[in-house]
Amino acid sequence: MSSLPLVSHVSPDSIIAWRADGAVTLRQFLAEVSQLVARFPAGSHLLNMCSDRYRFSVGLAAAIVAGKVSLLPSTHTPDVVRQIKVFAPEVFCLTDSDHYTVDLPQLRYPAMDVSQADACAIPQIDSQQRIAVVFTSGSTGTPQPHPKTWGALVSSVQAEALRLGLLRNTPCTLIGTVPPQHMYGFESTVLMAWLSGNALGHAQPFYPADICQALAAVPAPRVLVSSPVHLRALLDAGLALPEMALVVSATAPLSAQLAQDIEARCNAPLMEIYGSTETGLIATRRPTQSAEWQLLPGIKWVVEGDCVRACGGHIETPTAMNDRIAPITDEHFLLHGRLADLVNIAGKRHSLASLDHLLNTLPGVVDGAFYMPDEASPDHVTRLAACVVAPGMAAAALLAALRERIDPVFLPRPLLFVDALPRNSTGKLPRTALQALFQTHGTRKPA
Amino acid sequence: MQNNQKPTVSSTTDLQREVAELMIECLNLEVTADQITPDAPLYGEGLGLDSIDVLEVALTVSKRYGLQLRTDSADNQHIFSSLRSLSDYIASQRTR
Repeated sequence: MSSLPLVSHVSPDSIIAWRADGAVTLRQFLAEVSQLVARFPAGSHLLNMCSDRYRFSVGLAAAIVAGKVSLLPSTHTPDVVRQIKVFAPEVFCLTDSDHYTVDLPQLRYPAMDVSQADACAIPQIDSQQRIAVVFTSGSTGTPQPHPKTWGALVSSVQAEALRLGLLRNTPCTLIGTVPPQHMYGFESTVLMAWLSGNALGHAQPFYPADICQALAAVPAPRVLVSSPVHLRALLDAGLALPEMALVVSATAPLSAQLAQDIEARCNAPLMEIYGSTETGLIATRRPTQSAEWQLLPGIKWVVEGDCVRACGGHIETPTAMNDRIAPITDEHFLLHGRLADLVNIAGKRHSLASLDHLLNTLPGVVDGAFYMPDEASPDHVTRLAACVVAPGMAAAALLAALRERIDPVFLPRPLLFVDALPRNSTGKLPRTALQALFQTHGTRKPA
Repeated sequence: MQNNQKPTVSSTTDLQREVAELMIECLNLEVTADQITPDAPLYGEGLGLDSIDVLEVALTVSKRYGLQLRTDSADNQHIFSSLRSLSDYIASQRTR
């Protein structure tokens, strides 16, 4: 059995995080991890919902040390929580929120006694240990589990750290606008800080002014780990930006223009990451220098007809990607948009087929279909629309039923009530017919 | 740090209407300003906004009224909890 250290920091006095009250050393972090382990209930799975990135990281480390699996669904709707309970009946929820509404036994993140910060042996973790399970939407509405082992995560995150130039001698602080529960934030803020000897900022800034404040609150060099939605808002706000050493973006490719503007305004290189919930991160690019993505070392494409699978490196089973991949060389490729069935709204992915399935299983819905309009601009979020045949059903009731089951970003806007869907003679619903339906509707908006 | 300050100025119905129209325009919502009641939630069951919408509206509001929104440390979603709370925030923070 091979094992790998929980963190790559060596000195007990290395800084591993920044909280509102200042730096957290490795010694302090490990002491808090042991205190949390001692409070864990018996269940072998936990839903770590801490919104503070530092508390999330203590919860994750404590779970790893205690041999528990952290469950990371992409959303926490009541329906997903029910499915999580089916997946792991003994699951409990670790939370730092005062507004706890999840229907699971909860462990409130405790106040820690840092005066006893003496334990500091760095835990060694078996590379085969399953530390997390992430979930994708699946095609029938049941979330599909994807287990992650410690060894595979360490290998991909270390390859990313090397690619991003984060293994230098001067430790950086990573400020993330993405939640630590999302695969991107999980790998590129939490695990990245642990495995590259850097520190993570506790905050999850939202508004542009919050991002500036979170950056300014930690010493340089700073790395901003974000997404197109937040980066565009940050630039549009026109605020004076604190000095940054690197900007990282993922969830959707940036346009060349926005990428150039980000580098110019942030006065720092911008790197993009490509990956998926199933595979984790697999490639990077610097969009101001090339539109081509470069795979991480060891990862290869296997092309069979239209199906392109990623394999090798940290990927345990060959995995089909959700995007159209055009390999250029063994190492380089281009992205040509998403596959028709997949929608990606601000980094949350869902299968259109499964959204349709869900819509049609709602009581009162006779027929219904989701429709993803063409993107108006690559840097703006395009919303789903839907049309339904549901006589006697009110829009509010239908939306409430959907809200129980899917993340709010997938709620249709507009939701159109029709007498019949524009199905053709074979019962199929051509995209062009849906497009025409919504275009006609668009010209009849209320004044 | 001024971010935890609760708004002390109440918004007028004129301002609330103006903000409602700004949101409708910005998000392409299929309602009229009259249909957005001042105390109905903007998130979830109410108008159904999500965090991407909130970021869009925040940008528009920042430019229009010359202010910067900041996360209220007590409750992330407080400012956007209703049209009234958003309008009150604008009334207390606006520079134009």
